[in-house]
Parts: sequence; C-alpha cells; structure tokens
Amino acid sequence: MIRKLIDLIAGNAVPAIFIIISAFAIPLSGFSASYLVQELLTRIGRNSFLILSLLIPIMAGMGLNFGMVLGAMAGQIGLLFIYDWGVVGIPGMVLACLIGTPIAIVLGVFCGAVLNRAKGREMVTSYILGFFINGVYQLVVLYLMGWVIPITNPTLLLSRGYGVRNAVSLVGIRGVLDNLIPAVISGTTQTGQFLSTQGSGAFLMFQLPFFDGTIRIPLATLLLIALFCIFIVWFRKTKLGQDMRAIGQSQSVSDSSGIPVNRTRIIAIVISTVLACYGQIIYLQNMGTLNTYNSHEQAGMFSIAALLIGGASVSRASIANVFVGVILFHLMFIVAPMAGKNLIGEAQIGEYFRVFVSYGIIAIALVLHAWKRNREREASRRSLRGNRGGR
Amino acid sequence: MINRFIQNAGWPRIIIALFLLGLFIAAPFVGVRVDTSLSNTLVRFGMNGVMVLAMIPMVQAGCGLNFGLPLGIIAGLLGATLSIEWNVEILARLIELGAQYKISWLNEAFITTWREPIGFASAIIIAIPIAVILGWLYGKLLNRVKGDEMMIATYVGFSSVSFMCIAWLLLPYKNPTMVWGYAGRGLRTTISVEGYWLHVLSDALSVNINGHLYIPTGMLIFFAVMAIIVWIFMRTKTGTAITAVGSNPEFARASGVNVDKMRTISVIMSTVLGAIGIIVYEQSFGFIQLYMGPFYMALPAVASILLGGASVNKATILNVIVGTFLFQGILTMTPSVINSYLQTDMSEVIRLIVSNGMILYALTRKVRAGR
Repeated sequence: MIRKLIDLIAGNAVPAIFIIISAFAIPLSGFSASYLVQELLTRIGRNSFLILSLLIPIMAGMGLNFGMVLGAMAGQIGLLFIYDWGVVGIPGMVLACLIGTPIAIVLGVFCGAVLNRAKGREMVTSYILGFFINGVYQLVVLYLMGWVIPITNPTLLLSRGYGVRNAVSLVGIRGVLDNLIPAVISGTTQTGQFLSTQGSGAFLMFQLPFFDGTIRIPLATLLLIALFCIFIVWFRKTKLGQDMRAIGQSQSVSDSSGIPVNRTRIIAIVISTVLACYGQIIYLQNMGTLNTYNSHEQAGMFSIAALLIGGASVSRASIANVFVGVILFHLMFIVAPMAGKNLIGEAQIGEYFRVFVSYGIIAIALVLHAWKRNREREASRRSLRGNRGGR
Repeated sequence: MINRFIQNAGWPRIIIALFLLGLFIAAPFVGVRVDTSLSNTLVRFGMNGVMVLAMIPMVQAGCGLNFGLPLGIIAGLLGATLSIEWNVEILARLIELGAQYKISWLNEAFITTWREPIGFASAIIIAIPIAVILGWLYGKLLNRVKGDEMMIATYVGFSSVSFMCIAWLLLPYKNPTMVWGYAGRGLRTTISVEGYWLHVLSDALSVNINGHLYIPTGMLIFFAVMAIIVWIFMRTKTGTAITAVGSNPEFARASGVNVDKMRTISVIMSTVLGAIGIIVYEQSFGFIQLYMGPFYMALPAVASILLGGASVNKATILNVIVGTFLFQGILTMTPSVINSYLQTDMSEVIRLIVSNGMILYALTRKVRAGR
C-alpha cells in the first residue's frame, strides 16, 4: 500500500513538484478563487486543443512534435485570409480552418518526410524544422502577401504596401466559439444572496453557494475539446492507431509484420499538424489578436511544457496528462508574476521564473527519458550477456 | 574532378558560396562598396569565429552539435561583468603585487597604459574556471543521455539562460555603469564595455586602408591562436582519444579509452571556448548583452560550422573558417545589397532560412558510420 503510494508519487514527480510550488505561490499572489477559476477555465479552453495535437506523434514513438508550430502557422495564414475577406463569426472560423487544412497537410507531409530521414533524432529535427518553416512563413507573410498573393484590405498591410502588419486584431471572430453557448456560474454576494444573472443573456446558468462573483464558461470550446478527446480514444482503437502504437514500440518489428512504417509516421505528423492548425485558430479566437510573427513561436514551447508538467514523458502521454498539465502550468503562469512581486517586490522575477520553469521542465523531462532509456538498453544488453557479465 | 569537388563540398554549400559571390559582384552596381563589405565580413568573422570553434570538440567526441553553447556564453558573461565590477580592485591589486615582489615593470605607469588589455584578460581569466565547472556538470549530464544530446543541450541552454535572467536581477553588482540607475540594483540589459576593454583585440595592430578597408588584425590573430590551440589539442593523445570516442565508442572502450571522461573533456573544452568566444564578440561589438541576449546564439554558430562542411559527427578547423566566412558574409551582404536593390530588409528572413536550412540538411543527411 505504502509502496504503491511511493510509486505513484515517484511516477508523477513533475506534477507533484508543481502542486507544491502552486500551493506556496497561490496564497502569495493574493488572487481570489473565482478569479483563478475563471482564468483557468479560459486557458483550458484556449490551450487544450493545441496540447492534444501532440498526443498522436508521441503514440507513434516520434517524441514531442516540435513541428506543431507548422500547423500553427497554417492556421494563422487561414486567419489572415478571412480577415482580408471580411468573413466573421463562426463561418469565418470554419473558413479559416478550411484554408488552413490543405496548408497544414502539405507542411505535415513535408515534416513527416524530413523526420523519416532523421530517425532517432526526430525532436531536434522537428525543432529546427519549426525555425526553418518560420523563415519561409515570414518570407510569405512579410514579403509575398500583398505583392504576389493579393490582399485587398489595406488595414492588414504595412504602410509600404506589402507585408502583413505585426499585430492583427481578430475582432471579427474574437470569442465567437467561447460565447457560442453562453454559460455562467454565479456565486453569492457578500451578504449571502445569489447574484442575479438575469439579463446577462446566458443560455445556461449554474449557481453555487460560498463563491464570489460570476464565472463565464467557454462551453462550446470545452465541448469541442471533449469531442476531440473522444476522437483520440476512438482513434487509438482503429487499425491506424494500433499500427502507430506498434511502431512506437518497435519500428523493425512493425516493419517485418507488414506495417508501412514510414507512411504511418507521416500520417501521424500530418494529423498532428492539422490539429495544431485548428488548435491555433481556437487559441487565437480566444486571444482576439494575432501577433503575426510571434504567436506561433510560443504555441509549441508552451504546449510542450504544459504536457510534460502534466506528467507525460517523451514516449507516453495520456489525455489526463493534457488537462493536469494545462491546469498546473497555467496556474503558475497566472500566479508567478504576482507571487514574485509580493515576495521580492519585482514582478519581473516571477516572470523570469515562469520562463525558467517552462524550459527547465522540458529539459528535465528529456533528461529523465533519455536516462531511463539508456539504463534499459544497458540492462537488456547485460541480460543478453548472461549473469557472468554482471558488473 | 568537378564532380568530386561537388560531392565533397555538397550542393547547399556551393549554392550558398555562389550566392555570396553573386552578392559581392552585384554590390558595386547598387552602390555598395566592396571593400567596406569585405571589412565588415572580416570583423564579423573575427567576432564569431571562436564561438564556432567551440563546436569542434563536442562534434569530434560524438556529442553532436553543441546547442548548449549558451551555457558557455553565460560563463563568458559572468567573466565580462565581473571584470568590469572588479576592474578598479584588479588594477590596484596588480600594482600592489608589483610592489610586493619587487617586479620593477609592474608599476602604476605600466598598469595605466595596459589597463584595457588587463581588463580583457581578467574577463577571460575569470570566465574560464566558471566555464570549466559548468562544462564539467554539463558533460556529466550529457554522459547520461547519450543519443539525445542535441535536444537536451538545447534545453539546457535555454533553461540556463532563463535562470540567469533571475540571477542578473538579484546578483549584488554595484558598478553604476552596469546596474539600473533608478533601482540601484539589477544589471542592465545591455552594458557598454567602453572605457573597459572596447575593441582591445579589434584595434590592436589593425590596418586601415583609404578609410574603407579595415582589417581587425588583432582579433584575427587571436582567432588564429585559438584555432591553432584547438588544432594542436586535437592531435595530442587526449585529442586523438576524443576523436576515437566520436568515431566508434565501442572500439574506443575496447582499446582502453575512458569514453565518459573523454566526452566530459570535450564538453568542458567547448564550454570554455564558448566563454572566450563571447568575450571576443563583446569587445568588438561594444556591448555585453544580458538576459535573453544569449538565447539563440547557438544557432548561428551551429549553422556556420555546418555551412563550412562539418557533419553531425565530424568537424575540422577548415570547416570553421570556411563556414564562418560564408555565413557572416551572407549576413553582411544581404542587408546592404538586397536592401538597396529591393528597398527592404530581407536579411533576417534569409538568415533564418539559410541557417536553419543548413542545420536541417546536416541532421537529415544519411550518416555513413552509425554512432
């Protein structure tokens, strides 16, 4: 029993550390519970889809897909076009997805093909590939748009007549998915009365006692994410999903049992890229502003850090890891600057701490994974040698 | 003959070399002086050369490309900032030592004339032990993660840079030229080295012809000295053992080489060279860039050595020289030439595509001998 408990904690050391950090940082930050819950709900809706897109390549044994930024860029190109054409609301989002999908598929096939040439170092390759495609993306968006690619809306372009501006306001689709099904949780006021939610236009209302303020729930986004989780669960059981898991276990065995390894790996990356494209569109409809040259860069790093904080490893990740990760990571995201300010008197320190933790956690997760794999390799070699080699 | 040359050099390298040549030819037609461009290229070559050189030991030892270069850079930054912080004390202490041990030439006049080179040397002397310690730890870490070095190196670099962001704010630096004026603590994001060791190497023995062609002789000599040191080191017994470990670890172990020790030595050496490299860079650039400054500094260095023809597990001094010259040449020429032609600054985009394209090319190349 105690052994099991120790195993549980040891197996989930990273989330455990984060829970402890949060336990100290939350009181220090001085934020109210309703504020935190509201922020967390928003961020779950905003980020989960992006993080979920990482699961399938992990299943196929390709590690963390740093190439997901390719999909994010495809999504952004879709968003730039709908802005230019003035399509707003849900139709705008759908159109952005439709434009983004073929771009994401092409980029995904390219990424998959490149990764097949770099087996064994997929992560570093996909990471550099992200930078490379970022260069191509900048070439397209900063020079070709408005020059070769027709852009009619002058507010999208830089004053020189071509190239997209640095920040694009996505006011047309801002929050359309989040507010599609308005839902509100309302708490009690200080005197113990339930807050009135009449006139808030909410479609669904929940009332909870012992709770201050109101919380808006991005219900439609959460439903979409739930649907997507079901898709992943179903996908694992399909022939393709099983093939991917087999490849994740051993490429050579899969190959000899007739699974087209390279093709399946490309499919895994394509799915991931397309989903990252949708994820980025969902993310940006919540943010409401597109930082043309930065938004995608952060997407990859933050998603990967969140997934790892949720207890995933390079070779194993579940849906639960995604949600635990997004909650813990963003909890720290919210409270760290305030906690830093209240503790040392400088918000900048909390901010740097957060950046440090995001990178540090990726580093630690990668180290633990490689370490474990090397130990297993050593152990299996020793077992082949028999007992006599028991150094 | 031509075919063999192409095969040896590789298509990407030839295309980029031709592109650079084209830029130099096109330069006069768009009103860019070739001699100015050439001296800019030389200055940048000298600035970055040592950091590119830092790639060699780790590549040769089979640790892959040192994406963790920022760790060495941090050691260099510590050395640089401490040399400024303690500048007065160091100079005073040297005069004291001269008096104490009756060294007649080590007097006040000597120190005053040579205060800038002494400051520069003190930066390097402070940086080296820090780099050795960090490199040793980093090497121990990389020994445990064989096969995944590059990805982990990247994130070791990133996390150390972001950790140092906190440290730069909290470390008790006092020198008013370095700390924020209003708070009185916390280092500034960029610190000028003017008055300490600005251009000590660049301007030493520098040649200036007709006001346009400037050759930073001192910096180039320094690079040459470092290159020769690395060249000699790679030919010593230890260096040969390092190369053996990189080419075939099993074979190296069978012939009695301590694989982990050799890898650690190579990582320490890489880190030390990175530390020296950034100090050389700063004395020419004129500023110490702290906080997120060193974040992406590994990528240009990695791209340079690959552009010079190195692969993930083999690199020579020639690769460093050719690669740094080509890479820095393109960085210098594209803004000036292409901008005057197209009236826009495409250099950043070209840099991104060329440098990362080069790294991708190297990573996806089928390596003949398995590691």
